[in-house]
This record gives sequence, structure tokens and C-alpha cells, in this order.
Amino acid sequence: MTESAPILALDNVSKVFHRGGSTVHAARAVSFALHPGRTLALVGESGSGKTTAARLIMREYRPDGGRLLFRGEPIEGSAVRDMKAYRSAVQMVFQDPFSSLNPVHTIRYHVERPMRLHQPNLKGAARDAAIAEVLTRVKLDPPLILPKYPHELSGGQRQRISIARALAVNPEVIIADEPTSMLDVSVRLGILNLLNDMKRQLGLAVLYITHDIATARYVAEDIMVMYAGQIVEWGATESVLGNPQHPYTRLLLSAVPDPDRPLGEETRFDHELRNIRAIRRQSAIEQPEVREIAPNHFIRPMPD
Amino acid sequence: MSDPVLSIRNLTIDYIGATTDFRAVRNVSFDIAKGEFFGLAGESGCGKSTIAFAISRLHRPPALIRSGSQILLNGRDVLALDDAALKELRWREVAMVFQSAMNSLNPVLTIEHQFYDVLKTHTGMSRPAARARAAELLALVDIPADRLSAYPHQLSGGMRQRVVIAICLALNPKLLIMDEPTTALDVVVQREILERIHKLRQELGFSVLFITHDLALMVQVSDRIGIMLEGELVEVNDAQAIYRNPQHDYTRKLWASIPRLTGARIAEGATP
Repeated sequence: MTESAPILALDNVSKVFHRGGSTVHAARAVSFALHPGRTLALVGESGSGKTTAARLIMREYRPDGGRLLFRGEPIEGSAVRDMKAYRSAVQMVFQDPFSSLNPVHTIRYHVERPMRLHQPNLKGAARDAAIAEVLTRVKLDPPLILPKYPHELSGGQRQRISIARALAVNPEVIIADEPTSMLDVSVRLGILNLLNDMKRQLGLAVLYITHDIATARYVAEDIMVMYAGQIVEWGATESVLGNPQHPYTRLLLSAVPDPDRPLGEETRFDHELRNIRAIRRQSAIEQPEVREIAPNHFIRPMPD
Repeated sequence: MSDPVLSIRNLTIDYIGATTDFRAVRNVSFDIAKGEFFGLAGESGCGKSTIAFAISRLHRPPALIRSGSQILLNGRDVLALDDAALKELRWREVAMVFQSAMNSLNPVLTIEHQFYDVLKTHTGMSRPAARARAAELLALVDIPADRLSAYPHQLSGGMRQRVVIAICLALNPKLLIMDEPTTALDVVVQREILERIHKLRQELGFSVLFITHDLALMVQVSDRIGIMLEGELVEVNDAQAIYRNPQHDYTRKLWASIPRLTGARIAEGATP
């Protein structure tokens, strides 16, 4: 895949939720790695386990099986000091810019607080300079924006603040969970460009979680498709999207709005939907052998 | 256009402020024909939802429709109707699907009861008759009748949105307004719902006013499209013409900002 060593990796991670009498396998032997200066897109439908993967990385959930590796070392059982370093190295940008900022605090507070917590030696003018730098990086005007409250900003501006807040602690990994799905189409591109800039200029490793495959193609070198808690197809973005092999990848692609294909009597989408329904969701509990179908392009076939 | 279902002329709507008014809709005119799927696209704050609410007079102060505006539904002047006539108009002539289906169903009532509410209020239908009609309507959106006794939280987001659509079709409206009906749903569910609407429109013959900011989706499902910018309708044309030959600069910019699945990663000529 890439020559550089991964900064963060999931190795065979599983997570099971018990709800009432039923069991939900939200992550089934999930393995992937994030590399500096690269974006990995994680796509799949609601409930496929995308956000569970993010929460496992953010240590909101403990895995039921498998390991989380940070710079090659397992995270489980790390010293408290190491966990603090991990928390500052791995930052999250949430989906909803309207609820992820505290309405009673100014923008200065939002950006300054992570710096105070994670870089206590940074004080006074040096801290002010650092605050101005991250805000400039997300293309906001520091003197104008610092005294404002979240309600005074547009959705796009708020999402820029979320990104600035994440950048404030000099992270190495950004987990972005649907960062543009609540924004206007015309504003989305600016946020995606920002993610691309951060990756290139700061060498960040980015996990971009989305169900919008076209935006995944715009930001990600590599892509993985998740279905019912499993990564079912993964590899180089252009290869996976150009030559999709798993029935679920094909269904997702056929559902993307395409102005060249007006809705008709019988569509490719109908065909793919029947295809996937024919394959019992339950049977996906088995783990078929992974196949490499092209260089850096893998699938886990559906059981028959 | 002969006998349009909806005819809007010189519609101007202000949000009245303490010192200044904000003009949300500026002299907008368009028609929707019988059976037509009309898309209204634009960014947040461009006035598209304000128009949607005004059509069934669901707008609330401080929104004010300025004099000289006209909204005709099947030839009837909506702005001149009294309360009783408005009640007749809503659901029967025009029904509206809101963005967040999860919030537009009452969480403490069963699905059956929510159908019964509408059917009893507007037609005086008995409980058993309403139940039968509700089962029939659910079948239209591919939901089995046994879900009638379910509460909203027991259904997925996509199912809830389909229930709302079925309730909206209960009184055979001539116009269905859908304000970002699938924005909160994932692409597969979105596609299923829109295909269903597409088929129902052909079977039942209603017209649709579809509001979204997803231009690619809009071209795929609409016959004609209007593009709004800061309260003004800046371009109206056939969907494919809006896609292949956009005339207004703003329409071209909108296209340029959308990442593509094939070919260049964004539309040609875009400067990201």
C-alpha cells in the first residue's frame, strides 16, 4: 500500500453490542491502517459500523477482540501519560457543527482550551499567536472570529472552527465523521479542500467517514467499504470505484445521484438491490477468504 | 402551460424585523403542470423553504407575504382563503413532507393512529375504515400492514420517512411538496424512496415540488428545475438543460462545486 509505517492501525478489532435479546456485530475483525499524509475513506450505509470504528479509535468503546496499535505499539494497558499523548495525537471532527460547539462559549474559548490542556507551557503571546495560526490555516480571520459565539457563525464556519480546534493540539491523526453531510453543497468543497490541505501541508493521517462516495473520491487515496460490521472491499480509491467487485460496493455506487441517468423503469440500482437482498445478511457472519483482485484492491466475497 | 396545478406569480415574502425587513423571496413566478416533478434548488437561506411553506400558508410571522403576490392552486387563490377553506386545501390539494421525518411523527402514537388523525379530521372516516385505508397506503410505500401497530421509534429513519409520505398521500393531493425529504438518509435509502415517489407519481398523477440543494439528485428525478439565489429565481429550465447547458453563472458555479464520481474529480473549469 504505502512505504511509510502506519501511525495508527486496527488489528482484527471486534465490537459486539447486546440490545435486548439480540446481538449486533458492529465491528467484525476489522483491520486497517492510517498513514501520514494519506486519507483513508470509510464508506457504508447507516448502521454498517462506520461510527463504531471511529469510536473505537477515540477510545469511547473498548474492543471485544483485537488490538489498536499506535506507532506500532498496542494501546491497551498503556500508561496514563501515553494515553494523554494519544488523545492529543488523535483528534476528531464531528458531523454536526451545530451541536459540537458549546453555545455559551466564544470561539477563542473553543480553540484555546485544547491548547491549555495539552500544551500547558504555551502561554500569553505565544499562545495567542498559535491560536491565530490555526484560525488562519482554516481560512478564518482571527480578530473577527475570536470574540464571536457559535450561533453567529454559518454551518461552514462552524465546521472550520471544529477543524481549527482539532489542529490546535498539533495532532497526527484526524478522524472526520461525515464532516460535510450537514453543510450546503456549495460549502462542502471548501471543507474538503481544507482536509486535503492539512493532509498535504501537515502530513496528517485522515480517516474520512462518509456515505457520499463522490466526496470520498475527492479526498481519499484509499477507500474501504463497510457492510454489516465488516470491511467487504478495500484498496486504491480509483481501482475500487472504477472496478467494484463486491455486490454492496456496486449497490452503493449505483445509488449515487447521477444526472446522466434519469430515473427510469428499470435501473441498475434495482438490479443491485435485488442482488444484495438475495444474499442473506445473516450469512455475512461467516468470514470468507479475502481475495486480491488487482494490486492494492481486495474484497471479502459474499458467502453463497 | 394549460391549467397548471400550481401557479405562482410575483411572490414576494419579507421577514419583518424591528428596524429592517429581510426580503427572503423576491418577485418569484413559476408554474407546475399536472403530473410534473418540479425541483427548486439553492443554498440554505435562499428562500426555497419559505416558498414551500407559503404555498399551503404554513408560513408564520415574522414572514409576511407582500401584496401583489399570487399563489393559485388549481385556479384557487390560496392567499384569499379563509380558515375553513384552508383546512379543506391542506392534505386534500397540497401535502407537505418535511426534512426530518423522525420529528414530524408523534412519538407517543402508533403509526395507525397517525393515519387515523388525518383521515378522521378531513373525511370523518371510522376507525376500521381508516385502518384499512392506512394498510393500503403503507403498501404503496412497501411497508407491511403489521407495522401499523408500531411506534415511530420502532422504525428506521427511511421507514419513518416513507410513512410520512404515505400519510401525505392519504387524501390524494394534487401537489406533494417535499422539502429536503431524504437529506438525513443514506444514499441507498434515499434512492429507494425517490424511485418509489417516481412510480407513485406515474400511477396516481400528482405533481411534486421537490426542494434540495443536491443538484445531481435533482436532475435525476425532476422534469424541470428552478435555481434560486438570495430570494430570486435566477434560472428555470428542463432538468437536462440545467445540467448540460446551464445559462446562469450561479448555476455553473453550483455544478463546479460538486465532486464527481467519474471523470474529473470535480466539474470542469472549477477552481477549488
